[in-house]
Amino acid sequence: MTTEAAEKRPHVGLFVTCLVDFFRPSVGFAAIKLLEDAGATVVVPESQTCCGQPAYNSGDRADAEAIARAVIETFERFDYVVAPSGSCAGMLKLHYTSLLADDPVFAERAGALAAKSYELTSFLVEVLGRDKVDARFPSSVTYHDSCSSLRELKIHDAPRRLLKSVDGLDLTEMEETEVCCGFGGAFSVKYPDIANAIVEAKVRNIAKSGAACLLAGDLGCLLHIAGKLSRDGSGVECRHVAEVLAGMTEAPAISQARKAG
Amino acid sequence: MTEASPQDFKSNAARALADAKLQRALINVKRGFIVKRATAKAKLPEFGQLRDEARAIKDNTLAHLDLYLEAYERKVVESGGKVHFAPTAADAREIVLRLCQDAGARLVTKGKSMVSEEIGLNAHLEAAGIEVAETDLGEHIIQIRGEAPSHIIAPVIHLNKEDIAEDFVRTHRGLAPERPLGTVPDLVAEARAVLREKFIAADVGITGANLLIAETGSSVIVTNEGNGDLTATLPEVHIVVASIEKIVPTLEDACTVLRLLARSGTGQEITTYTTFATGPARAGDPDGPRAYHVVLLDNGRSEMLGGDFRAMLRCIRCGACLNHCPVYGTIGGHAYGSLYPGPMGAVLTPALYGIEQARDLPNASSFCGRCEEVCPMAIPLPSLMRKWRERDFELGDPPLIQRLVLRLWAFTAKRPRLYRALGGALAPLLASLAGDRGQLSALPFGRDWTRTRDLPAPQGKTFHTLYQRQKRSGES
Amino acid sequence: MSATDQIRTAVLSRIRGALGVTGREPARKAVVEIRLAYHPRGTIPARARGNQKGLIDLMTAVLNSQGAEVSRAGTAADAVRVIAEDLSAHGLPSALRMGGDPLLAALPWDGAPALQRRIGRAEPMDRAALSRAIVAAAETGTLFLVSGADNPTTLAFLPEAHFILVDARDIVGSYEDAFDRLRALYGEGKLPRTVNLISGPSRTADIEQTIVAGAHGPKRLHVVILG
Repeated sequence: MTTEAAEKRPHVGLFVTCLVDFFRPSVGFAAIKLLEDAGATVVVPESQTCCGQPAYNSGDRADAEAIARAVIETFERFDYVVAPSGSCAGMLKLHYTSLLADDPVFAERAGALAAKSYELTSFLVEVLGRDKVDARFPSSVTYHDSCSSLRELKIHDAPRRLLKSVDGLDLTEMEETEVCCGFGGAFSVKYPDIANAIVEAKVRNIAKSGAACLLAGDLGCLLHIAGKLSRDGSGVECRHVAEVLAGMTEAPAISQARKAG
Repeated sequence: MTEASPQDFKSNAARALADAKLQRALINVKRGFIVKRATAKAKLPEFGQLRDEARAIKDNTLAHLDLYLEAYERKVVESGGKVHFAPTAADAREIVLRLCQDAGARLVTKGKSMVSEEIGLNAHLEAAGIEVAETDLGEHIIQIRGEAPSHIIAPVIHLNKEDIAEDFVRTHRGLAPERPLGTVPDLVAEARAVLREKFIAADVGITGANLLIAETGSSVIVTNEGNGDLTATLPEVHIVVASIEKIVPTLEDACTVLRLLARSGTGQEITTYTTFATGPARAGDPDGPRAYHVVLLDNGRSEMLGGDFRAMLRCIRCGACLNHCPVYGTIGGHAYGSLYPGPMGAVLTPALYGIEQARDLPNASSFCGRCEEVCPMAIPLPSLMRKWRERDFELGDPPLIQRLVLRLWAFTAKRPRLYRALGGALAPLLASLAGDRGQLSALPFGRDWTRTRDLPAPQGKTFHTLYQRQKRSGES
Repeated sequence: MSATDQIRTAVLSRIRGALGVTGREPARKAVVEIRLAYHPRGTIPARARGNQKGLIDLMTAVLNSQGAEVSRAGTAADAVRVIAEDLSAHGLPSALRMGGDPLLAALPWDGAPALQRRIGRAEPMDRAALSRAIVAAAETGTLFLVSGADNPTTLAFLPEAHFILVDARDIVGSYEDAFDRLRALYGEGKLPRTVNLISGPSRTADIEQTIVAGAHGPKRLHVVILG
C-alpha cells in the first residue's frame, strides 16, 4: 500500500478495557482484526489501564478525574478511539466531559476525545460503513444489549446488522433484552443477592429464547451472565460479539471448561 | 407505622428476596405498569415533545419559585382560601392539628398524600384524640395493618386478597363474620360501604396535591377512586397539604404535565378523576367546604433548590422509575425503609434525611439508566445517585475494605507499568487456579460473588502481555 | 410582623437565598407576570385537533375504553328516553337527582312521567344523578363539570349511577380548549370552587392489580351526547 493510501486509512487507538486485558484477550485481538479488515490502522497504546469507571461510580471523583486526564493524553492523538465495550466507550464519550467540565486545561480536550470515541460495533457500521463481516458461526444466538450501549450510546441495530451477515448464524431475540443483567460493576459484589436475583431473570429469558449461544458487546455483562449460567449448569455458551464477528471462536467460551488433551 | 429505616436496607432486601409472595407480586408490577406505559406512550406521538416541555416548565418554575409561590398565594386568598407556610414537618403537622382543633374536628378523612405521611400527620392527629380515616383503598388497607406503603402509587402491591380479607375481618367491626370476602369485588364493595360512613361523618377532609396552579390558586388531585373528591367536598373544611415544588404557573402548564402523569405511572391516558379545587364554596354553592386551607411544606426543598439536587424537584411522583427499576423489581418498596423508595427515593431520601441515614439507597443501583429513560421530567437519576456517592465518599462513609480496595485500584490504574506487572502476574495465577474447569466457584475474598455465581477464569496471559510479545516477534 | 408572617417571610427568604435573588429583580418578575398573563400553550396532541365528528367519535371510543357507556341523543326527548331506559334496565328506582341547571330542567321530562326528579345536592340515599358537563375534551374522553347550584359536585360522587349530559357543540378537542371555555365563563385567573375532569366510572386496581368499578364514586358512568 502506498504511503498516501496508508495515510488515508483511519488511525484508530484501541481502548482494550481492563476486563478484556485481564480476563479475555481474544476479544482485543478480535477487535483489531475487525478494525483492520474494515480498513483502519490500529495502535494499542501501552500506557492505558482503565477508563476510570470503578472510581467514578464509587464517588471517588479525584481518582476518576486523574485517570480521565491520563486517558485523554494517551488517546487524543488518534483519529478515533474504539473500545469493545459500551460502558467504557460511554465513559469516554459522555462522562469525561462532565467529569472535567471545570478543568480549564482538559475540558475542551475531553470534548474532543468524546467526539471521536466509539463502541466497536457502532464504529464499524456507522463510521467505517460496514454492514457485513466475513465469518462463519453456525449456531443459534441471542444478543444482550448492555445498559450503556443501549441507553447511553443508543446502540441497538449495529451489532445485529453485523451478526446477521455471519454465515450460518441464527439470531433470535430474547424477551426483555433492554433489561439490566445486574452487573453494574461493583454493584455485583456490593449487593450480590440483588444482582443475583436480577441475573436470574436474565438467565430465564436466555433459556426461553432457546438460543445455544449468548452474545454481548460488554465483557462485564458477559462475566456476570456466564457466571450464573455456569453455576446453573447451563449449556449455553457465552462469547463477546467481536469474537464471533471476527471469526475467532476457537478459544473456549467464557467460563467454559477446556477440553482435556 | 413500622420502624423501618433505610439503614436496614441490606437485611430488608435479603428478607424481600426470600419472600416468594412478594416476588410474585412484583412480577405483576413489572408486567402491568411497564407494558401499559409503553402502550400509552406509543399511542401519543407527541410524548417526547411534551416531556421536553414539561421539564422546561418545571425548570422555569423552580428558577422563579419565590415569585410563583407569592402569585399562587394571592390567588388562593382572592378565592377565599388561606395559605400557611411550614418550614419543617413539625410545623406542618402542628398547623394542620390547630386547623382541625379550630374546626372542632373529631373525624378527619384523608385522600392519598405522600407529603402527609412525610410529616407524620396521622399519628400527630390521633395523639390529640382525632380519628383519621384514610380513604384511598390501598392507604386504608395499610392504615389498618399499621404498615408503610410499598409503592408510591400502588400502596399494597405487596399483598394478596387473602391478606386483605383477613385485615377486613379483623378491623371492620359489626359486620357478619360469614360475609363473602373471597373475591376482589367483595373486598372493594365492603371498603366502599365502610368508608362511605366516614366520608359523610367527617368534619375535616385532608388531601395532598399533585399540582398547585399559580394562575388560579388551584390545587389538583388525580385519583381513580373518587375518594379525593369525597374527602374534599363533603366536610366543612378542606385542608390541602403540599410541598412547595408542586407549583406550576398556568392551567396550560398543568395540562402538559397531566398528559404525562398517568401515562407514565399506570399507563392510563388520564385518571378517572382529575380535580381542580379553588378556594371554599362560593355563595350559592349547595355543597363544598366552607373553609379551604393550603399548608405549603418546605422540609428541605429550598435547600435542594440551591444545590446539586435541584433537578429532583421536578419529580411529579408518577412512579415510573420504580416500575422500571431492576432493583425495585426484585426487592419491592419496603426494603428501602423509606417513604420514598426506588430510584426517586434513592435521591430524595438522602436529601430529606441526610446521606448518613440512607447511604445504601443511592449505592444499591447498577446505573442501568432505565429510570432516567422513563422519567417524564427527564430527571438524571443515576447522575444524582452518583453525586450522593461522591458525598458519601467525601464523608469517608463507605466501609473500610471497600475504600481500601478502591484506593488500591486507583493507585495501580494511574501507574501503567505497575498495573501491567500486577495484571500480568495475577491473570495466569487465577487461570491456573481454575485449571481446565474454565471458572472458579470459590475464591479467597470472592465470596460475595461466588456464593451465587461462578467467576469465569481469565484466559491466562493478559492482552498486553500477548500483544507486546506479538509486536516483538514482528507478527502484526 | 405576626408569627405566621415571620414564618412566611423566612420560607420565602430561604428560597430566595437558594436561588441567589432578592425577589425584587424586574426581569424575573416580568417573566412570571408575562407567563401568568399570557398562559402560552405547549404542544397540543394531533388527536385533539379534528373536525367535530372526528372528536365525537374519539370521545366515544376513549370513554368506552375507560369503562363508561356513551349514548348519542339526537333530540332532547331522546336524551330523556335513554336515561329512563337505563334506570329501568339496571333495576334502579325511577328517581334522578339533579341540580338547578336550566338546560336539564328544560328537557322534556314529561316523556318519562314515572321518573321522579329531585333537585339539589346529592343525598346518601340517591342512587342515580344527572349532571351537565359544561365542556368536554375529546382527547381523553374527559368531561368538565363545574361546582355550583346548577350541577352540585356531590352528584358526581355519591350515587352509584351517574349520567352526564353534554351538548355535542360543547365537545372540544384539547384540555386547553376546554379551559379557554372556562376562562370565557369565569374570567381570567378564576375558577369555580371545583372543576371535575371525569373520564370514566370510579375504579380501583389497588388489590392484586384487578380493576373493580365503584371504589368510592359511581359504579357506572353513562354519558349522553345531545345533538
